[in-house]
Amino acid sequence: MIEQHIVTYREEAIELLAELETSLLELEETPGDAELIGRVFRAMHTIKGSGAMFGFDEIAGFTHEVETVFDLVRNGKMAVTKQLLNLTLRARDHIKTLLDASVTGAAIDRSDGDAVIAGLKQLVPGVEPVAAVRAAQESAPVAQAADGDRKTWRIRFKPIPEIFLSGANPLNLINELRDLGTCHVIAHTDLIPHLNEMNPEHCYLYWDVILTTNRGLDAIKDVFIFCEDDCDLKIDLVDDGQEESDQSYKKLGDILVERGDLSPVEMNKILGLQKRFGELAVAVGAVTPDKIQSALVEQQQVKNVRQERAAQDATTSIRVPAERLDQLVNLVGELVTVQAHLSQTAAIQNNAEFAAIAEEVERLTGELRDTALNIRMLPIGSTFTKFKRLVRDLSQELGKEIEMETEGAETELDKTVIEKLNDPLVHLIRNSIDHGIEMPDVRLAAGKPAQGTVHLGAVHSGDSVLITIRDDGAGLDRDRIRDKAIERGLISVNAELTDKEIYNMIFAPGFSTAAKVTSVSGRGVGMDVVKKGIEALRGSIDIASTKGAGSTITLRIPLTLAIIESLLVRIDTSYFVLPLSHVEECVELTRDDIKNAHGRNLANVRGTIIPYIPLREQFEIGSNRPEIEQIVIAGINGNKIGFVVDSVIGEHQTVIKTLGRMYRDVKGVSGATILGDGTVALILDMGVLLQVVEAQELTASF
Amino acid sequence: MSVTDINETVQYLTFKLAEETFALDVAKVREILELSNITKVPQTPDFMRGVINLRGSVVPVIDMRLKFGMPATVQTVNTCIIVAEVQMEDEIIVLGALADSVQEVVEMEPEQIEAAPHIGTHLNTDYIKGMGKLGERFIMILDIDRVFTVDELTDVQR
Amino acid sequence: MPKLIMTADDSASVRQMVSFTLKQNGYDVLEAVDGKDALAKLGSQKVDMLITDLNMPNLDGLGLIRGVRSGSLNKFIPIVMLTTESQDSKKGEGKAAGATGWIVKPFKPEQLIAVIKKVLG
Repeated sequence: MIEQHIVTYREEAIELLAELETSLLELEETPGDAELIGRVFRAMHTIKGSGAMFGFDEIAGFTHEVETVFDLVRNGKMAVTKQLLNLTLRARDHIKTLLDASVTGAAIDRSDGDAVIAGLKQLVPGVEPVAAVRAAQESAPVAQAADGDRKTWRIRFKPIPEIFLSGANPLNLINELRDLGTCHVIAHTDLIPHLNEMNPEHCYLYWDVILTTNRGLDAIKDVFIFCEDDCDLKIDLVDDGQEESDQSYKKLGDILVERGDLSPVEMNKILGLQKRFGELAVAVGAVTPDKIQSALVEQQQVKNVRQERAAQDATTSIRVPAERLDQLVNLVGELVTVQAHLSQTAAIQNNAEFAAIAEEVERLTGELRDTALNIRMLPIGSTFTKFKRLVRDLSQELGKEIEMETEGAETELDKTVIEKLNDPLVHLIRNSIDHGIEMPDVRLAAGKPAQGTVHLGAVHSGDSVLITIRDDGAGLDRDRIRDKAIERGLISVNAELTDKEIYNMIFAPGFSTAAKVTSVSGRGVGMDVVKKGIEALRGSIDIASTKGAGSTITLRIPLTLAIIESLLVRIDTSYFVLPLSHVEECVELTRDDIKNAHGRNLANVRGTIIPYIPLREQFEIGSNRPEIEQIVIAGINGNKIGFVVDSVIGEHQTVIKTLGRMYRDVKGVSGATILGDGTVALILDMGVLLQVVEAQELTASF
Repeated sequence: MSVTDINETVQYLTFKLAEETFALDVAKVREILELSNITKVPQTPDFMRGVINLRGSVVPVIDMRLKFGMPATVQTVNTCIIVAEVQMEDEIIVLGALADSVQEVVEMEPEQIEAAPHIGTHLNTDYIKGMGKLGERFIMILDIDRVFTVDELTDVQR
Repeated sequence: MPKLIMTADDSASVRQMVSFTLKQNGYDVLEAVDGKDALAKLGSQKVDMLITDLNMPNLDGLGLIRGVRSGSLNKFIPIVMLTTESQDSKKGEGKAAGATGWIVKPFKPEQLIAVIKKVLG
């Protein structure tokens, strides 16, 4: 694009040079013609100005010298002489030479140009040409790098009433200050006249801006570069970024005096009254409330900045034994339970004061919970590093060339989750290296680079972290998995399965398609163990694969094991909680709906058919179904599945308790939680429940 | 089953299951609770009655009558939960056992205890450490760690 | 709606460069070849901003600025003048005439955009 501008410039310059020549020759006839002199000046001015813009620096520099002389002529300080015209014509020729050389690349004889300039300078003795064209820096305020300490400034910006007539907008300037750092703006309204005296085109406001920035005084001044002359601007340093927080702050009165809002005499008079200074100062009419407000803001901001600094100066981190954190989280968990009890009791009591206290406790508990859980969050990166080593060692052992890429190492997860993720991840990466990535010669034959890649990534997604293990290897062999699954009696010969369903077969216990057992995989640990490990973390696992192009395994892991948001539901007298992260909506299920579905567990939700699992049946809870039931619709692996319950109680802060090893093989129940009234509710794992039901139906269909 | 591993004087908590009296080493007993709301975990065998809230912890509760092949516990005012610590493989877990009533704490010398007979108790003698003789009564001393062998509890699912 | 900016310059190459830079940054552009042309167009067309050269035939930049400020339709718009003179005298004259700010030639496209953002907000 810039090329195009250069071409335009050349054409334009050639025209201008022609015009310059004509004008100069005409000027020889009528030396006093101001119009002609103006034309000569403008021609050179444009050649110079545009030349500099498009990189013709030499032309710009040279023309500037000539133009400077002609500026004097234009202003009547020099006469048009034969000698001047000769030199100018020679200058014009030299510009032409420079212009042509820029196309042809021919060597330039600069002595001619130098001679012209020397000659011109002789014509104007005593006038030093202004330094050549540069100074671009001066005009455009370009972002400056941060320069050190965060300092706090007080800026009083008082534009002249006619500021709008210069096209300046004070609001823009204040916003520009805001971009520099932490900023408080106080508008002063005391100069606004009565309505009948007001000129709507005038600006009567002025502002105090308390700005904390590390950008320095020049950056602040740059904001006002265009309107220095159109405003009263006072910039004072009120905190130099060094003083410690325990030092005394300026008193309100001192600030006002310093700003010139109050005279020292007035201040002393007020101080003699010995009450709160601010109120007094207003009361005696010495200052307006907005001035006090402004001074208070300054005091506060300086205080804040210093406190922040003090906090930063203090030790930035401390080491705490992990057990202590676990203990803290456990205690917070108990507190959440007690708080739920408190809220429930308060709701029954119908006592406003009690309810207010309960609400406050609820808020604090929530904050405490988030803070406590946050402390346990660690970046997953430390684990990633370990895997790099693993990949390196294994690939050497197998004679494969594998590079490991990681992404999202800074993603934070609960410490306990990270620990428990280690084994499943090791297994999955081993699998990628062993079964996924092919030998270099196989890869080359398949038109892939000899070096394979294993990509390990982590990214936040809602209240979960997605961890992906992706390789560019051979991908899963759909047919082989299918054959193996039939052989093992997992599916019937004529079962119609989607790719995903087939891939999921590899999670069946003892399932392995590896043709040969290597030291890397085939150690008796199957993908079923990985799946169990992930499910123990209340996570899920998903496979995508393209034959010949590689596989991607995605783990969805909840951020924390301790506390989740959930939906509390009831079936008969039992309570259950469903993790809210999967719940999409709740709809009613009436007897008519059931009748219309002819015994199938399908619900019509706004035209979409959604299969559901009647939990009452599934859990063999006796008693009769109520007239109207509720379907909790959840999104599981991209499918919508309903879970039918008697009623939905509402959202619930669920502190997760493990059911212990006695119940560890129970499918579909991932833990328990204690409700406000002390009863235990079970936490359902909807994904596993769905698998259980699918397996039951598969068996039934044999 | 020999009694050689009982060679010191131990205090036992005695309790009743149906008409029979059982005993448990008090060192294993944490506390005794009144019967409270038990939450049944779906798809588990009947003798695993469910879980209770023990001051913020979720504790499983076992119906020992069912476990020992007797009819299920019927709730009365005396029904209670004995909270005990049980060794399972390498960890100690806390669980509750339903008892029809708790009797007393007694001290028994090793010589008061005999090996359990292999027949006549209606019980799997693996669970019995020995038979304590207390006056005219016989008390079955439970080997609680064996009653709740992991395999037994976690395999029932299949 | 994109903001409309007028560029007034007798140099086709500068006009082209300014206009190209502005369009690249999402502004609409109205071109004028000198002060007279610009003032005529601004008499009937509301624009958001004016970028003008100072040295132009027919009506120069200062004349154009004064004309705009004494009109009504575009009276309060920001006006940025392009000047090769870094001396204060020119800036002062321009400011006195009613210019909002200035850019010293030569400038880079990003400098132009920075100044536009500054005065347009």
